Amino acid sequence: MHTQVTAGSVGQGEVALSQAASPRRPALAVSDQVFRAAALACALLVLTVLVGILASMLYGGWPVFREFGLVDFVAGSTWDVNNDRYGAWPAIAGTLSTALIALVLGVPISLGIAVFLTQLSPPWLKRPIGTAVEILAAVPSIVYGMWGLFVLAPLVAAYVQVPLNQVVEGLPIVGTILYSQVPSGTGIATAGVILAFMIIPFIASVTRDMFDQIPTVLRESAYGIGCTTWEVVRHVLVPQAGVSIIGAIMLGLGRALGETMAVTFVVGNANRLSASIFEPGSTIASRIANEFNEALGLQMSALIALGCVLFVVTFVVLAVARALIARVKVY
Amino acid sequence: MKLHHAIFGTALALAAASAPAAAADITGAGATFPFPLYSKWAEAYKKETGTGLNYQSIGSGGGIRQIKAKTVDFGATDSPLKGDDLEKSGLVQFPTVLGGVVPIVNVQGIQDGQLKLSGEVLADIYRGQVKKWNDPRIAELNQGVSLPDANITPVYRSDGSGTTSIFTDYLSNVSADWKQQLGTGTTVNWPVGLGGKGNEGVAATVKQVVNAIGYVEYAYAKQNKMPVAQMRNKDGAFVAPDDKTFAAAAANADWNSAPGFGISLVNQAGAQAWPITGATFILVYKSPDRPEQVAEVLKFFDWAYKSGDALAADLDYVPLPDAVADQVRGVWAKEIKDKSGKPLFPGNPS
Amino acid sequence: MAATGGAPAATVPASAPTWGRVRSSRRVADRAMKVICVVFTALGVFVLGWILGMLAWKGLGALTPRIFTEVTPGPGSEGGGLANAIVGSIVLTCLGIAVATPIGLMAGTYLAEYGKASRLATVIRFVNDVLLAAPSILIGLFVYTVMVQPMGGYSGWAGGVALAVIATPVIVRTTEDMLRLVPGTMREAGAALGAPSSFVIRRVTWRAARAGIVTGILLALARIAGETAPLLFTALNNSFWFSPTLLGGVSNLPVTIFQFALSPYDNWQGLAWAGALLITAAVLALSVGARLYLNRKAAR
Repeated sequence: MHTQVTAGSVGQGEVALSQAASPRRPALAVSDQVFRAAALACALLVLTVLVGILASMLYGGWPVFREFGLVDFVAGSTWDVNNDRYGAWPAIAGTLSTALIALVLGVPISLGIAVFLTQLSPPWLKRPIGTAVEILAAVPSIVYGMWGLFVLAPLVAAYVQVPLNQVVEGLPIVGTILYSQVPSGTGIATAGVILAFMIIPFIASVTRDMFDQIPTVLRESAYGIGCTTWEVVRHVLVPQAGVSIIGAIMLGLGRALGETMAVTFVVGNANRLSASIFEPGSTIASRIANEFNEALGLQMSALIALGCVLFVVTFVVLAVARALIARVKVY
Repeated sequence: MKLHHAIFGTALALAAASAPAAAADITGAGATFPFPLYSKWAEAYKKETGTGLNYQSIGSGGGIRQIKAKTVDFGATDSPLKGDDLEKSGLVQFPTVLGGVVPIVNVQGIQDGQLKLSGEVLADIYRGQVKKWNDPRIAELNQGVSLPDANITPVYRSDGSGTTSIFTDYLSNVSADWKQQLGTGTTVNWPVGLGGKGNEGVAATVKQVVNAIGYVEYAYAKQNKMPVAQMRNKDGAFVAPDDKTFAAAAANADWNSAPGFGISLVNQAGAQAWPITGATFILVYKSPDRPEQVAEVLKFFDWAYKSGDALAADLDYVPLPDAVADQVRGVWAKEIKDKSGKPLFPGNPS
Repeated sequence: MAATGGAPAATVPASAPTWGRVRSSRRVADRAMKVICVVFTALGVFVLGWILGMLAWKGLGALTPRIFTEVTPGPGSEGGGLANAIVGSIVLTCLGIAVATPIGLMAGTYLAEYGKASRLATVIRFVNDVLLAAPSILIGLFVYTVMVQPMGGYSGWAGGVALAVIATPVIVRTTEDMLRLVPGTMREAGAALGAPSSFVIRRVTWRAARAGIVTGILLALARIAGETAPLLFTALNNSFWFSPTLLGGVSNLPVTIFQFALSPYDNWQGLAWAGALLITAAVLALSVGARLYLNRKAAR
């Protein structure tokens, strides 16, 4: 069974898909163009939505930018609603530190789970555990928040903060980062841990799917020359799926930066900046969530301006991440 | 794609089939403080009259924004709007219920109602000036009670709220330092302490952190069985919070001293008065775009004033004194009119 | 990589190689990694079990058949269920996914198949990642400004759109990544048979990446099923049944859970936990079901 291949459909041995429309079937040529146009339109729609969101937020936050100037607002540390003084720095620092903790904890665990599921697990265990990991994504964020506040926080307070306090109290650098004045269990660290568990399902599921997509022949050849499992993972699987793993991490990072509900419950909600990760802090999303409902006037503009700042922070973080992986062949 | 088309179609069909012929549904949004009560009233009102009142708590600020944007039939706010704001927006404001904010503590050995505090001391605790439980200023109010030599952890509301508004209004009233430094508001720049989200968050944090103190609406203190502190009121007596002391605070108030009944009920005179009491308010337009909806709103609250007292008391709210309710009805009849100038209340006898 | 020692060629897949004269550091590294992976997986499953356990413990008690038939009650009232919230959530989530899936799929396809490394595609990819990180509350606010205010009231349509805006970037990301993993040989084979590119994409590439794309859609679904903040500004909520036109507040589970869980009333708290349990169970069922369905199709 052969399909007629006309001369014009595959040009000169190159894979010119966009020219694959056969002149004998003009209807298909049109539908081809329509399909491409539709795809382009959808992609542009994504762009438009972001521009729209940014524009509406700039408009909403403008009064605050005009009042304080961009630098003062971003670097300022006071958030005083009654006296209408707003500074975003504690919230920005909180957002970055919780996201960092979430990644530091979440990425290794996710990769470990993905490797387990694809390389180590007996076949009968794969499906249940794979599904279990996906359910972690299904849990509503408010449940994470409540679990964090009512279950995890007391445990962190009793078994982590209290002993840690006794050990690091007075120590120079370590003490500043790890000491907590009131071991309440809520704080940047707890928020980071909760976020880690929220992003694990995203990174793990996607990584697992990518590992599965890698042609078996690559793994088999590596085993065939005597590689251990770890070596196969490190030298074959991860590089092959490399860029895609970064994509999965981006998914996770996105969630970590923007997550509102869960973080609001456990981050302690202090408008102050503190050096210790076990002290309460706040993130941009939690600040907005906490105050938005009651906000009026300049406070609301300040919250929207915070949202703008979050977008910019996200831009910067993602741009840096991309620059770091630009060495790898990216397309 | 087919699967989820099927789901979508079924869901829409379900929704269409099960939603009854829409009775005149009124929508309101705003303050979180009265949310449970309005829900309870709405449930009972629907059983009685068939009209559904959909009230959602999005916060007082949200309520004010929504009514000004005309996306709801009425707005609800814990902090009353000022007179010129009401004038400019063409809104009418009236109160519906009262409630109290109470201090809860978690101190070893202190039972419910055992600890006594005054407004100045409370303000200074939250300002970080009074740092330990055995501070002489606390000890002198609590002769014979052994207080530990431990740091106090004040707990506040991290989310903006009317509860904070009432609490800080009280602290501003009794402490000039507080008024100058921090002021009144739904959020203030708390210098020390931890934040908890919602009344529940504050209660949970206080329960969890030894030697903590927090402030919550009375219902939450009762439900969580937290030890409550007594407060010294304006007359110098120490009172415990309950519906009698809340009502006593409202009894002596002059409701006409502020436009739109927007008076503050904190630190009222009266031997039995609880000093941290507040009211919650409703906002409707004087000449609404949809007069039929607003007429239904007024009918609902009229019903609530007449028949909703028992339900309110069940939920630990304090009903408005009847005299005030009558004043409110008077304002409705005088101020709220439809396009042709006819007052919307009393309208058709219900 | 030089072959070491006299170990015979490992069987496929060689999860337990014969060590022979393998250098012990390699052995140790391999063993250590395996232990770590198992520990991490156990940790993930343990935390999940813990959370689910808490959900079940608090929610099962309130999970009666009444949940599906009665409307949300007042505080402390007898009876009542979550019927209106459940139906509302189903409608809103379906609406959101129905809008997000075609747009996300097509946008991801554009990025993987047409745009590739072009300037526009790079920009859009970046923009997509930024949207992924957007706090849902801001998206809710945006949709409020462009839909709720002009329309003069809350509506389920605005709620669905807000959820779609959250779901789309997830679908775009995963679709693009999965499509990129499809080997070029498949596309070339299709082109060699004379198929136009859209045909190749639809019948070959999409099919090959189907499992991964479905994962992406399910991830997006899981994400929006529990979203509260965007709905607060768009669909709000409704204590009773909502209008079939979806105008006016639409009752939904996340906002209901949010309001009930933080209240001091036992019946409301029980319902909140039961609602959370329902959301989790529903997404789980959908995940499992979709996988089963796909596997059956593939096996045929």
